[in-house]
Amino acid sequence: MSRAMAPIDFRANAQRVPATMPAAVQKATTRFLGTRAALVDLLGQELWQTLRQAGHDLRLHAITHLDHYLEQAEREVVKAGGQVHWARDAAEANRIVLDIAREHGVRLAVKSKSMVTEEIGLNHALEGAGIRVLETDLGEYIVQLLGVGPAHIVVPAFHLSKEEIADLFRTKLGVEALAEAQQLTQIARLRLREEFLAADMGISGGNFLVAETGTVVLVTNEGNGRMCTTVPPLHVAVVGIDKVVPDWESLTVLLKLLARSATGQKLSCYTSFITGPARTKGDTGPGEYHLVLLDNGRSRILETPETRETLLCIRCGACLNICPVYNTVGGYAYGWPISGPTGAIFGTQILGTKVAGGLPFASTLCGACNDICPVKIPITEILLRLRRRVVEGDEQEGPMGPTMARTGAKMGALALGTPWLYRLGSRLLKVAQAPFRRDGWLAKLPPPLNRWTMVRPFPAFAADFRTWWRARSREGPRSH
Amino acid sequence: MASTAQLFITCLAEQFFPGVLKGMVGLLERLGVQVAFPQDQTCCGQPFFNSGSWTQARELARKWLRAFGETDGAIVSPSGSCVDMVRHHYPHLFPPGTPEHALAEATAARTFEVTQFLVNELKVTDVGARFPHKVTYHASCHLLRGLGAREEPKALLRKVQGLELVPLPNEETCCGFGGVFSVIYPEVSQAMMAAKIRAIEASGAEAVVACDAGCLMNLAGGLRKLRSPVRAMHLIEVLAADRGAP
Repeated sequence: MSRAMAPIDFRANAQRVPATMPAAVQKATTRFLGTRAALVDLLGQELWQTLRQAGHDLRLHAITHLDHYLEQAEREVVKAGGQVHWARDAAEANRIVLDIAREHGVRLAVKSKSMVTEEIGLNHALEGAGIRVLETDLGEYIVQLLGVGPAHIVVPAFHLSKEEIADLFRTKLGVEALAEAQQLTQIARLRLREEFLAADMGISGGNFLVAETGTVVLVTNEGNGRMCTTVPPLHVAVVGIDKVVPDWESLTVLLKLLARSATGQKLSCYTSFITGPARTKGDTGPGEYHLVLLDNGRSRILETPETRETLLCIRCGACLNICPVYNTVGGYAYGWPISGPTGAIFGTQILGTKVAGGLPFASTLCGACNDICPVKIPITEILLRLRRRVVEGDEQEGPMGPTMARTGAKMGALALGTPWLYRLGSRLLKVAQAPFRRDGWLAKLPPPLNRWTMVRPFPAFAADFRTWWRARSREGPRSH
Repeated sequence: MASTAQLFITCLAEQFFPGVLKGMVGLLERLGVQVAFPQDQTCCGQPFFNSGSWTQARELARKWLRAFGETDGAIVSPSGSCVDMVRHHYPHLFPPGTPEHALAEATAARTFEVTQFLVNELKVTDVGARFPHKVTYHASCHLLRGLGAREEPKALLRKVQGLELVPLPNEETCCGFGGVFSVIYPEVSQAMMAAKIRAIEASGAEAVVACDAGCLMNLAGGLRKLRSPVRAMHLIEVLAADRGAP
């Protein structure tokens, strides 16, 4: 992010989530998961697993040969008449886009949905320079009107009801509308149409960057992406360096995986391929095209083999949809635009443990994300490795957990790892708990276990297996 | 047929569910398995591993391997989560090529969660149990996804005389325990637990069966807090109920 971020307090954020959020989220995720499952069944598990493995392998190949494929992509884009910029971090990327905008006297920029520009806070940077930036994906348009970020990486406003959106349109756009999807969409559509025609610049991200032809691929369902990248005279695509894939054959595998996993479609309504500006006079498309390749911590992620598969992500959102934690709290609890399990592993590494050290713990490690991920990212393994980074530190960052936690871990390991101390401890706990024990339960415990008992009672300590076993062994083998 | 089982009782089951351990001994012996108990075992180190303290996890793993490494036969445990730790994480705690790594790999390969041991190793599904009640099954995450046991527990339940197995809506969704998660983010854990308990009550079962002490602490505590008549039980408690018993 371009601005210095305060530490993300997942616990506090989760408690601020509106009471209506979980049900709204679950309604949508259940629908996506249902249509996804039906399409996977249609392909058959065997083929699906083959595709996942292929997706994993070719993405891993791409991110471990970035130098080769990025330079190839750059050559191809330049050959097609585009300009390529390399941005080390968010600030540099924002400055590059802002410079291009200033050079062309841009007053209005229209944007296609893009998580990478959310990651770097591009809208904020452009608006700070007096440029109006308009989100044109319907969901993004709605959350932008609301003044918040996306609640989901694929469907940003999916938690809002039609009534809430009609209210929003009434207050922000001054139009009366029925709480009815078609009418609301029509209102947004008419507004957006005027803006597309008036815009000086179109901004997009990129779902993939095909190295062999330097083609940016946009996967959308509303056609707004195509409008943003063809109507204005200038198009800037901001793409993370991790998005590169070797060739069109690789792309077909990933497109099959992406649409099915994201929205339960065989193919999204629009898949756009953008290679440079319009070639001839009168040809459709912008006269000028820029590709900004963003690192922003990605090459550092690659340095740690145990966590680098984080970068395989194709941002389909399936891990959000299946995650029981995400389904309980929604996207805003994660404290930055990329939420859910993939946002937790990416965010911890991009933002650093001082800001995002709580995110790797925002998981029960249930593993549903691992099984659903279309490119087989071992998400829980990475979460575990990042928990270690937070508590013990590693080659990337020093420890940031409180010293008390580390001392506690040492003492705990001593008590649990020394057989005589362990046995003594379990006897002492049984005695110590006696005054508080009721029907085999303890209603209240001291910190940190008070955080357990505020939710439900704790079972009473009841160890007697060892004495039972000894007594039984003395009696000799039993017959049945 | 494996004839010896080294009991891996796990610290959670030892402290909170000793009945499960006694039931497991009785059940295995009923099936002709010779049961042994390595006395020096304590905790496998998973709580430390999962909360980021890998140095301590490695110490405990080393001690666990000392307790079990030299034993014979299968190592059997009533916890999918602890077995997942030994099977999938122990080998990563020691550098490849070291004797400790080799020992971890060899020991991991003969460590089994009890339902997988019964169904896949002993090839038994009918253990001669009788439990005339309506029961539903919650799939514990690490047993299901870590060890891949989707059918084994239900295959055992289906052969219990008198038992009616009713489906649990969202059977494979986590109950919200998550070890350290439950104390770091108690409110989120609570909401997940409440959803699971609503599903259990909707199933109409008299008891919910799971295969891990962690889930059972969470579910039993939640059911008690909500004064629900539904009992949370370990699968072993159901299987240990002998047909011969009154």
